[in-house]
Amino acid sequence: LNKTLRIGLITIIVAFMLAIIPLPDWAVEFRPDWVTLVLIYWAMAVPSRVGVNVAWFAGLLLDVSYGTLMGQHAIGLVLVIYVIHLQHQRLRVASLLQQAIVIFFLLLLKQLLTLWVDGMLGRAPSSWLYFMPTITSTFLWPWTYLILRDLQRKFDIHKQHAY
Amino acid sequence: MQTLFIRGPSSTFRMIILVIASIALMTVDHRWKSLEMVRSTLSSVLYPLQYTIDLPIRLYYWTDEVISTQQALLDKNREFEARHLENRVQLQKLDIIEKENDRLRQLLSATPKTTERLLISEIINVDVDPYRQLILLNKGSSNDVYQGQPIIDAQGVMGQIVHVGPISSSAMLITDASHVLPVQIDRTGLRANAFGTGKIDQLDLRYLPHNADIQVGDVLITSGLGGVFPPNYPVANITKVERPAGEPFALIEATPIAQLDKSREVLLVWQNEPELIEKKPDESNTNNSGNADSDSSDNNDKINEITEKKDKPSTQTQEQP
Repeated sequence: LNKTLRIGLITIIVAFMLAIIPLPDWAVEFRPDWVTLVLIYWAMAVPSRVGVNVAWFAGLLLDVSYGTLMGQHAIGLVLVIYVIHLQHQRLRVASLLQQAIVIFFLLLLKQLLTLWVDGMLGRAPSSWLYFMPTITSTFLWPWTYLILRDLQRKFDIHKQHAY
Repeated sequence: MQTLFIRGPSSTFRMIILVIASIALMTVDHRWKSLEMVRSTLSSVLYPLQYTIDLPIRLYYWTDEVISTQQALLDKNREFEARHLENRVQLQKLDIIEKENDRLRQLLSATPKTTERLLISEIINVDVDPYRQLILLNKGSSNDVYQGQPIIDAQGVMGQIVHVGPISSSAMLITDASHVLPVQIDRTGLRANAFGTGKIDQLDLRYLPHNADIQVGDVLITSGLGGVFPPNYPVANITKVERPAGEPFALIEATPIAQLDKSREVLLVWQNEPELIEKKPDESNTNNSGNADSDSSDNNDKINEITEKKDKPSTQTQEQP
């Protein structure tokens, strides 16, 4: 249990750091949504530990580090993790491609929610590059999955079957 | 089946509660700005991460300083000495002009000039929302940073503080799409508003009529009208003036003078410091050194406190130039 918590926390912290690490100007708009990807993995792997509460808190932290409205990232993250939570048993046995497709649509939903809030505040970005993070994240999902799965296996975290 | 009882409320229920909570938080944050406490607490949780990210860049600058040759340092020193001398000569003239100005102001019984206090802060090099122009600074409420505080660099106005944490704060640059800065054209005194565009090198002057007296090359300075920025700081140079026939207003673009994307250090400005205005110059100096001591005890050698010696002219102790 302690090990689960530690590994999970470390990966989430790394995701938070990747989310703010300075990128060159051309790459800024392509930055994958690391925090969401890592949370999706853990919500699939240990649904009893990583649920909507964790997602909400992580979302608030993201809001603070990005300077967005409190709740703007949290609301999308909660919905994404909720869907993952409901479908985690099916997603676990799905192929990486199928997982990536599901995750693409979930990330798109999250991005649209964020855009919607930005639009209500009157600062919606006019560039289509706004949806780039969704695409790069989807492409990076298989690697995220494999790396985190290997980590999990290496540190022998047993999948906790909640049902 | 036992898990059903351990897990408490179902995740659907919790999801709905959290979504409603998010919407409530967003509304409160947007309408009343009363979540600064929460934000500042969470930002101190994040500060170690941001600091860690910034560390390699800090290390780079540090090694750059450490392994520079003696010759390079000597050259640099000589250059600074020369520049210092030049600045001193110019300051002498400025001092005389300032005193003259003060006397004239007294004759006109105009309001005395305001004092300003400056503090150097470093930019923590992390990326934030790519569609907004925010920067993170390594000074927070422990250094008396407040929301809405103006920040400048050596060239001109950079922006203002939007969120304050205990030891860090984030600032919005003047080019952010939601930022508007009341400005004045130095040459004519014409007042206008400089709207941020979301591009780091462009400001727009909107709602100026076609016949407004404005040219390419004009310098914009702060007018001090919003109450946030002190007046007479340089802001931008006009780069484009177009008067399209079909449009009601002229199309005017300007480039910020401050090095918004290159500065590594910024200056926080306090204006109208009441205790500083009341104090005599020597007292404010001792206060100053006291601050410097407490800062150096914080193990941060980069902190320098600068107090401009523009004290309020008092009728009794008027010094003759």
